Amino acid sequence: MMVTETARQENSYLEAFRTLQASDHDSSDSWLVRVRENAMATFAELGFPSVKDEEWKYTNIAPIARTNFTPLIATETSGRSSEAEDFANFSVVEGKDSQLVFVNGKLRNDLSRLTGLPEEVVALDLSEALADARYSEIARTHLARHADYITNGFTALNTAFVHHGAFVYIPKGVTVKVPLHLLLISNSSDTSEVTFPRLLVIAEENSSATLIESYVGTAEATYFTNAVVEIVLADGARLEHYKVQRESAGAFHVATTAADLGANSSYDATTITFGAQLSRHDINVTMDHEGAECWVDGLYLVTASQHTDTHSVIDHRKPHCTSHQLYKGILDGKSRAVFNGKIFVRHDAQKTDAMQTNKNLLLSNEARVDTKPQLEILADDVKCAHGAAVGQIDEDELFYLSTRGIHYDLARNLLTYGFAEEVIGKIKLDSIRAQLDEAVLHRLHARLEA
Amino acid sequence: MLEIKNLHAGIDGNEILKGINLTVKKGEIHAIMGPNGSGKSTLAKVLSGHPAYEVTKGEVFYEGKNLLEMAPDERAREGVFMAFQYPIEVPGVSNAQFLRLAYNEKRKHLGEEELDPLEFKDLLKERARVVEMDASFMTRSVNEGFSGGEKKRNEILQMAVLQPKLAILDETDSGLDIDALRIVAGGVNQLHNSENAVILVTHYQRLLDYIVPQFVHVLANGRIAKEGGKELALELEQKGYDWLKSATEATVVGVPTNQR
Repeated sequence: MMVTETARQENSYLEAFRTLQASDHDSSDSWLVRVRENAMATFAELGFPSVKDEEWKYTNIAPIARTNFTPLIATETSGRSSEAEDFANFSVVEGKDSQLVFVNGKLRNDLSRLTGLPEEVVALDLSEALADARYSEIARTHLARHADYITNGFTALNTAFVHHGAFVYIPKGVTVKVPLHLLLISNSSDTSEVTFPRLLVIAEENSSATLIESYVGTAEATYFTNAVVEIVLADGARLEHYKVQRESAGAFHVATTAADLGANSSYDATTITFGAQLSRHDINVTMDHEGAECWVDGLYLVTASQHTDTHSVIDHRKPHCTSHQLYKGILDGKSRAVFNGKIFVRHDAQKTDAMQTNKNLLLSNEARVDTKPQLEILADDVKCAHGAAVGQIDEDELFYLSTRGIHYDLARNLLTYGFAEEVIGKIKLDSIRAQLDEAVLHRLHARLEA
Repeated sequence: MLEIKNLHAGIDGNEILKGINLTVKKGEIHAIMGPNGSGKSTLAKVLSGHPAYEVTKGEVFYEGKNLLEMAPDERAREGVFMAFQYPIEVPGVSNAQFLRLAYNEKRKHLGEEELDPLEFKDLLKERARVVEMDASFMTRSVNEGFSGGEKKRNEILQMAVLQPKLAILDETDSGLDIDALRIVAGGVNQLHNSENAVILVTHYQRLLDYIVPQFVHVLANGRIAKEGGKELALELEQKGYDWLKSATEATVVGVPTNQR
């Protein structure tokens, strides 16, 4: 049964794949056609992962594998004039003049604005960048080189459909003060559509920027977002990266973020997960040059029957690199969360400083979390620590707040907020922080302002 | 304001309070004293509604209402306040945030407009003078990393913000140096007026040099063993508590008649 379904599913992908390849057949970009061909061959071989695979042990993606998703590869999508208004809420104030808006996988120039960015900064659709002589070489140098599609079926599938997405290029020495917001909206009412967003961000030497990557769903349809983000930081580059996942309640979201850090570069990632019925995020940071520093932090808030899975790999390959990781989870209802964080300290990576923490707050007796921090150290002169915790609301704290007249539900939310604050507090963008304050204080238990 | 009748209560099946009778009227300050284990703190916890304590017998009326039927947050909104012996740390929640929420809960309860953060900031600044706390405490997490004295001052700050009708101070003097004691006591004195009442639960007479009670009740073995005016505290200071241990009946020494 499963085999038949998977086979049919793969055939439907294959059909769309052939259409996509044919559309690019006449273009000179045989390189892209070849990459896709390889990726599709890999996907055909790997298929979707199953729970027998150690990396997918606690996350059963069978609902994705057995749904007959239609890849959205059309180059044209019709937009309604009212959409700009509908989507206004999803913009962030700080990035309103520096946003690329994608609707159902397709870049919408009518909704995007880049007037706030310095002139030298490039932000455009990936397919355009690949076709543009000014950027095609650098895009090819990095595209599909950082996110591994040889062992990960989802990354292979995304790579087989590489087409739309964002190409962001920050030249040497440029400091971008406003955050660049990549806003990916799904609003199709047709069920079972899949998009393959692909984001490539290249920050040259000593540049500095802030990136917001947000996923929003407005329809209740069951759709699937399969995203891959590649980030390349040259020596001394600095990038602050916020990912905010607020897909619809029925959605599937599987994404990989792969970041390669140059010498003395700094990558500060914060991933906020609210949405989707099933989500999986792989974040892989490679430190193959001395003196790099990264923060790989996150907050997941799930309820009802949501399932969220974070797998991270922080790979210390060279000396004097520092990594900080703090993931916090808040689970209500019958939700489930998985955290698997691996830190590798390779033989050469002396003077590594690595710190990893995963803490979870269970708000219901039926919620469940599987957490597994892992350290693998091959160097001998390093400073590493890791830990994981799962707890509940502290009854003494709850009583204390109630003796000050604070209603029970509000007191619980306040304590939940207090738990999340460690992650929320580090967010430097006021609008995102305010959004989270609101979400944490008001989302988990509805009755507050009664 | 408060009427406790034959109150029996305990924890985990152990009876600690074995028939407490106490009447507190507005404008009064009462001290509850007694040796360790006499039930002083249990009384404070039962009055504030601590879920671990079970009332097995007796009644408590607060402004004519059955206090024991009210949840802890309801009691607080109705004007009952307990300053904790060991104030709880609440990581990640700033003092200002916490105080504003608590203050607004009370305003809502009274049908008044809530204060926005800016309006509240002004109010907080003014109230903080009562316990000589500076602005840096407001942005820090509630009690987190506070010294013992700072925690107690923070309790009195909460009292200053919430302006309770009945304040129960549970061993507020414990662990305080003399300067902190002076500040805390000064705060309580500033907040006390003819419309509210204070119950001081304390082991030592020292606090009563600063906050002078009209009535002193001495607890021993879950009952009030002796009652009197402020001079009773001095007597205890000299004699200690040992002489009370055999006492079972309350004896009245120089108590004004309005009490009985």
